[in-house]
Amino acid sequence: MAILINEKTPVIVQGLTGNIGSFHAKEMIEYGTNVVGGVTPGKGGQMHLGVPVFNSVREAVRETGAEASIVFVPPPFAADSIMEAADAGIRTCVSITDGIPVQDMITVKRYMMRYKRENRMCLTGPNCAGTISPGKAMLGIMPGHIYKPGKVGIIGRSGTLGYEAASQMKALGIGISTSVGIGGDPINGSSFKDILEKFEEDDETVAVLMIGEIGGPQEAEAAQFAKENMRKPVAAYIAGLTAPKGRQMGHAGAIVTAFGESAGEKVEILRQAGVLVAPNPSEMGSTVAELLTSVGAF
Amino acid sequence: MDIHEYQAKALLSDFGVNIPQGGLAYSPEQAAYRAREIGGDKWVVKAQIHSGARGKAGGVVFCDKEQAVWDAADELLGKRLVTHQTGPKGKGVYRLYVEEATHIRNEIYLGFVLDRSSDRILVVASAEGGMEIEEISANRPGSIVRMSVEPAVGMQAFQAREIAFSLGLPGNLINQMVKTIMGCYRAFRELDATMVEINPLVVTESDDIIALDAKMTFDDNALFRRPNISELRDKSQEDPRETRAADRGLSYVGLEGNIGCMINGAGLAMATMDMISHAGGEPANFLDIGGGASPERVAKAFNLVLADENVQAILVNIFAGINRCDWVAQGVVQAIEKIDLKIPLVVRLSGTNVEEGRRILEQCRQKVITADTLAEAAEAVVGAWKKAQAGQRG
Repeated sequence: MAILINEKTPVIVQGLTGNIGSFHAKEMIEYGTNVVGGVTPGKGGQMHLGVPVFNSVREAVRETGAEASIVFVPPPFAADSIMEAADAGIRTCVSITDGIPVQDMITVKRYMMRYKRENRMCLTGPNCAGTISPGKAMLGIMPGHIYKPGKVGIIGRSGTLGYEAASQMKALGIGISTSVGIGGDPINGSSFKDILEKFEEDDETVAVLMIGEIGGPQEAEAAQFAKENMRKPVAAYIAGLTAPKGRQMGHAGAIVTAFGESAGEKVEILRQAGVLVAPNPSEMGSTVAELLTSVGAF
Repeated sequence: MDIHEYQAKALLSDFGVNIPQGGLAYSPEQAAYRAREIGGDKWVVKAQIHSGARGKAGGVVFCDKEQAVWDAADELLGKRLVTHQTGPKGKGVYRLYVEEATHIRNEIYLGFVLDRSSDRILVVASAEGGMEIEEISANRPGSIVRMSVEPAVGMQAFQAREIAFSLGLPGNLINQMVKTIMGCYRAFRELDATMVEINPLVVTESDDIIALDAKMTFDDNALFRRPNISELRDKSQEDPRETRAADRGLSYVGLEGNIGCMINGAGLAMATMDMISHAGGEPANFLDIGGGASPERVAKAFNLVLADENVQAILVNIFAGINRCDWVAQGVVQAIEKIDLKIPLVVRLSGTNVEEGRRILEQCRQKVITADTLAEAAEAVVGAWKKAQAGQRG
């Protein structure tokens, strides 16, 4: 099944006609993603990369039946585009944009609460590499070829560290059902727990790898969820054991401000919840192999 | 972005928060003049550095003579203050704030933070002000009041009243406290702050509520729409390596070790630092070159690492998705081909255009150690660093 996106999911690209939007839309189409259109206000009626451009997300959804969108809109306008997608009935939205003001994200999260949980769009990101269901579809900016199709779900904040994990897994012959980037911002659309819930319900996924980092409460929340609500085994790696306290490490959200937010504390919390933690980043793949072996799935 | 206490006080004052009378000074003469201007017979001279806990580091001096103000200023200016927030090198004192001394009856803690579990602004208050919030929550957890703000409508006066009453303030001070809380909240929202902290907020013997200290941090991602806040940046408070990087649009954090790093992606950069430490070394920096980096940008980033005199070996670790290994290799070669590279360089390339990237490095006349995996790269750079150090000693 995979989660969030598969080869049939109709996708629109918000910011399709821009340089970045164009480049990645082309890559997504080549990967096999069902891109059905794009949105650039003022350019409605044109064709771009062989798909129609619309003035609004609502129009795009009405004309194409789009269910998913990917947002390549610059930071000052990105929050508005995400809310537009939520309001137009998009089910899955990936926001790639890095640099959205955090108070704009507070507004986005509050805006999305106006929809009942079952009608609410699933937003991942911002500041992420996107989501890929290997061999099926890609809603992101990752190099698709490093992901082998298979049965392990990945959830990660960082794009390139996720690539590192996928390639270590591929080298060991381990494939991926879906890899979901939740992004490096302090306030993001979906948490580790939100995506763990989806993997737990997915028939095709047998185990999950979580790639976290310093800062914020989401890894601890996920640890508790994994312990109390999951039958599927979970492995994890937390980046930033050597990061100094109180310093922001690249990602807007990668800063330790409270107890439980350092890498060491997160590792301890995850271990206590029964999550298998990779001791260092070069052992993410082998840790997943160990996890799969322990449940007889390798 | 951090700002100074005097800047935060000026901003909050515009939103109706009471602050003591005070003035900025860059010299002992100015400090003494400020004291005379303020009047009275007791003053406080406060070092303006981007750090809390200045009192414990000797950065806050109480004076009861004008000469004492001059002396304190003379002592503080140019000094480096080390607190638990500054790192071992401390921060330089180039500005002082001279304030009238306040007759304190009691001290309150008032903070506004971003609550990452509820996606809201959270107000935190305690009647046990004066200590750091970490100490309050360790020693007097029962004294802490928390109030979450509904983003659609913002902070309401009744919430501010509830906080004021729960701090045990008498009836005649409630309105002042409400005004202070509402003012801070509005400043937080309207200036795109990520943190506002008044510690202590004091009740004076004459029944005034005054912000004795103030700290504000701003969202770097929102500075594009806050030019007045951008102006408050003080580069003297930054690590010069970080200032150079920031001016070149690179994300860099200076650290204490000897192994320079150049990586793409914040998560991979942190992981690489961890891996260096695992292999027995210490990273000199965090550096993320970002996505789609041109050879020129890579060369600039590389030169930045090279310019750090603490760096005794360099590790480049690139997993290219939207980057290109050939561009990264070109950038590295551009940076090193005209110099005599005296320290070991290890490069690990993976992802987009990796073969082309490796070929470019092989043709470089400088010695470049290449590695295929993250583990190999970390071991290679730490090994080469140790060998070079041993060679220098021998």
